[in-house]
Amino acid sequence: MTEILPAEGVFSLLWVLIALPAAGALILLLGGRRTNTWGPYLGILTVVGSAVIAVLMLLAMMAEPAEQRTVIQNVYDWVFVGSFQVSFALQLDQLSIVFVLLITLVGALIFIYSLGYMAHDPDRRKFFAYLNLFVAAMLLLVLANNYLLLYVGWEGVGLASYLLIGFWQRKPTAAAAAKKAFVINRVGDVGLSVAIMLIFVTFGSVTFQDVFGQVGEANEGTLTAIGLLLLLAAAGKSAQFPLQAWLLDAMEGPTPVSALIHAATMVTAGVYLIARSNAIYNAATWAATAVVVVGLITIFMGAIIGSAKDDIKKSLAGSTMSQIGYMVFAAGLGPIGYVFAIFHLLTHGVFKAGLFLGAGSVMHGMNDGVNMRRYGALKGVMVITFITFMAGYLAIIGIPPFSGFWSKDEIIHAAFERNSIIGAAAILAAGITGFYMTRMVAMTFFGKKRWEDDVHPHESPKVMTIPLIILAIGSTFMGMALLFWGNIEYWLEPVVGYESVPTPLPTWVYIVVTLVVVIIGAIIGWVTYARKDVPIEAPRGNLLTRAARQDLYGDAINDVLVVEPTYKSAHALTTFDNKAVDGFVTWTASFVGDLSKRLRRSQTGFARSYALSMVGGAIILLVALILVRLS
Amino acid sequence: MTGGEVGTGETIVFWVCGTLAVIGALGMVISRKAVHSALFIALTMINLAILYVANSAPFLGMVQIIVYTGAVMMLFLFVLMVVGVDASDSLIETIKGQRVAALLMGIGFSILLIAGLGNGLMETSSIGLETANSANGGNVEGLAMLIFTDYLIAFQVTAALLITAAMGAMILTHRERWYPRKTQRELSEERFAAGTHPGQLPPPGVYARHNAVDTPALLPDGSTSDLSVPEPLRARDDVREIDTDDIEGIRKLSSGSSTTDEGDR
Amino acid sequence: MNPANYILLSALLFSIGAIGVLVRRNAIIVFMSVELMLNSANLAFVAFARMNGNLDGQVVAFFVMVVAAAEVVVGLAIIVTIFRTRRSASIDEPNLLKY
Repeated sequence: MTEILPAEGVFSLLWVLIALPAAGALILLLGGRRTNTWGPYLGILTVVGSAVIAVLMLLAMMAEPAEQRTVIQNVYDWVFVGSFQVSFALQLDQLSIVFVLLITLVGALIFIYSLGYMAHDPDRRKFFAYLNLFVAAMLLLVLANNYLLLYVGWEGVGLASYLLIGFWQRKPTAAAAAKKAFVINRVGDVGLSVAIMLIFVTFGSVTFQDVFGQVGEANEGTLTAIGLLLLLAAAGKSAQFPLQAWLLDAMEGPTPVSALIHAATMVTAGVYLIARSNAIYNAATWAATAVVVVGLITIFMGAIIGSAKDDIKKSLAGSTMSQIGYMVFAAGLGPIGYVFAIFHLLTHGVFKAGLFLGAGSVMHGMNDGVNMRRYGALKGVMVITFITFMAGYLAIIGIPPFSGFWSKDEIIHAAFERNSIIGAAAILAAGITGFYMTRMVAMTFFGKKRWEDDVHPHESPKVMTIPLIILAIGSTFMGMALLFWGNIEYWLEPVVGYESVPTPLPTWVYIVVTLVVVIIGAIIGWVTYARKDVPIEAPRGNLLTRAARQDLYGDAINDVLVVEPTYKSAHALTTFDNKAVDGFVTWTASFVGDLSKRLRRSQTGFARSYALSMVGGAIILLVALILVRLS
Repeated sequence: MTGGEVGTGETIVFWVCGTLAVIGALGMVISRKAVHSALFIALTMINLAILYVANSAPFLGMVQIIVYTGAVMMLFLFVLMVVGVDASDSLIETIKGQRVAALLMGIGFSILLIAGLGNGLMETSSIGLETANSANGGNVEGLAMLIFTDYLIAFQVTAALLITAAMGAMILTHRERWYPRKTQRELSEERFAAGTHPGQLPPPGVYARHNAVDTPALLPDGSTSDLSVPEPLRARDDVREIDTDDIEGIRKLSSGSSTTDEGDR
Repeated sequence: MNPANYILLSALLFSIGAIGVLVRRNAIIVFMSVELMLNSANLAFVAFARMNGNLDGQVVAFFVMVVAAAEVVVGLAIIVTIFRTRRSASIDEPNLLKY
């Protein structure tokens, strides 16, 4: 078992990790316009500071033996209500640290990139404030040592995501997309909150140690329920089926946001949640199977949508869905998959951030145009962007030795360890990945110029290309580094567990088959979109293409299943309220009013009438007296 | 003074005076003229005074006559003079159903009251006031004893009440004068200041033999005054010329020297 | 005869007074009816004093007379004032205090 150490030395700075970006957000938001000039730099500085601390912590952690790498810092007593006791406590272990590094390092690069990308935006300060808020919340999410604190971070990133998707809120589409993301995330959040309640009722505690230590005592039905609720939460945050609809619209936000939040970090929070709750899923087989099914469905949905979209960011968003589907899929496989889910998460975080930033760079040069049918032949104009994008491209489709190859290959291998059918499905999805990414690259950088008349493509400034270069280097070497030098599976094993099951065929067979399928997909993409001319107007396409352009009818299904019934019931309730409730109230009021109008007539103003009623009262009194006397 | 029990003489007094009191009361309600009502209620009050005396309350009987029939009723009559003695009420009821309801309620009320009280009191006996009256040497002394000892404060308060009531009546009936009363001289000057004919206009022709209205008056110097003819006639130029023969004839007639003018009569 | 008959007479006079208040419109007659009701109450006080052998009832009747005198003074002053402004002593005229 792992030991839990108090936070000493560099680990005593654990709270500073969160406090730095939080303070940055606070200063930028409260400081107002006077921080306009230096605010963005302050934002970058806080995240870089956090990144430096995180690296120091990683070094300190690597110096410890594997069993002594879990650190808990109790910041203060938070909720103390009877038996419901929760501390504001931070936990740093092997799982947390890789997330912290991903968030702070990739975050820092994206911050720097944003400096160039958002250079002309009048609300740049606010943008950096929200990004800082996001980083703080995300760090809180991954550093929490209990589900309740995790929930705070979970909601915090949801808020930051909402604010940043709707950053250009003057655009109605952006405002609607922000609202949509927020609402769909609420569905998942309900799952998380109910799961936390269920966890507290079952285990009497919400801290990770207590819960995972007592998993053996709980019955499997309860654990399955908790697992499914956590899966619902993960599906909402990570845009998995059936709560996937928001992610494509979330691309309305600025591109750095898409890179940081909706590709690299926040959307992987669901994977983190599942990996963190591994003890629960290990004990609840059905919940784990549900995770696999959801992941598999999403892999294909994302890939198909990514193949059909002409909007470069939406295509990448579909790809993100698909890749997170891989991670969720891997996490559902159990101890054979957790470490590779996290591994893929890390490599994906880097190369997808690179791809998004590359897409942002292209858009920057193309007057913010996103339609790939108006790109083409950009490889000679944007050399650095092209080269870095190609690194990301090779990484995502899984060409050795690029990072995606190692992580995706391990996931496919793990899938075959469990079941050959799902393994084959994973390989097929990898082939589709090859197709749509080749399509994207071909339409953007190769082929003929299809630019609009007033577009003059140019390379982006250094402040944008340098992060791209760094991320490209990461995309190239990170997989190898983590696997061979970092021994990622053994690094994570104390937290999420790791086991390897022999597969029916030797490992190299799978690798070769996967590569062949990917290359076939890539060749199809190349032949279709680089060899032939790409029409500027999208062809009608076959049934699947049209469906994919409509996000596989995700919105339509939501409309029919949720939105319409909600509207109908709301209308019915309004009618009920207007007719029945208000009607009753109005009727009562008018009844009293009418009665008053009638009763008013009795006030004739004639003193004699009043005297008459006095005599009547006296008679009643007299009768009462006599009756009392007689009885 | 009678004792606790009611003797034959008192019974006769009760029935006679009681009947008269009820007649007075009914008369007051029924009379159309307010003055008649006042007289009827005076009758009731005098009879009540007699019944007080019969009930061993001679002091109250005297007070009843002095205060009520003497002072209060005079006040009523005085106010009636102010308001108008002759004014008789219209007997048409203006409030719908008021009269019927009032009669029904009044009769029902009296039946209930009399039945209830009669039922409750028929068995009671009467103690009489001989002991109480003789304790201090008489009814007046007994009352004085009580009023100036036990009820002293109430007595003082009623004194204050009376003074307050007198003040109140004065204030209520006081008429505020907004500007000083005009003297006769001021009134006269006002009349002449208007610039119109201050006095009486001369009457039309006194010596006329015709339609007198269009005949101007003859002034002492022998001329005529147009002012004596009504304005419309003057406007139409209908003023009759003076017939000097007529004037001469009249002069003769008035001096008794002529017996002519038979035909003109 | 039972002295309770005085009480019954007083009840009868009281009822007649009440009817007078309800039926008559001339404020002065209404006032007279009120006086009649007060007098009937006095008669009841006096009769009860006799029946109980106690002079307190007579004292109360005395006070009632004093208060009635004060009331008459003020009431008649009010009637005169109203008459002065409205040229009428009808109590149905001042009916502004209505719906």
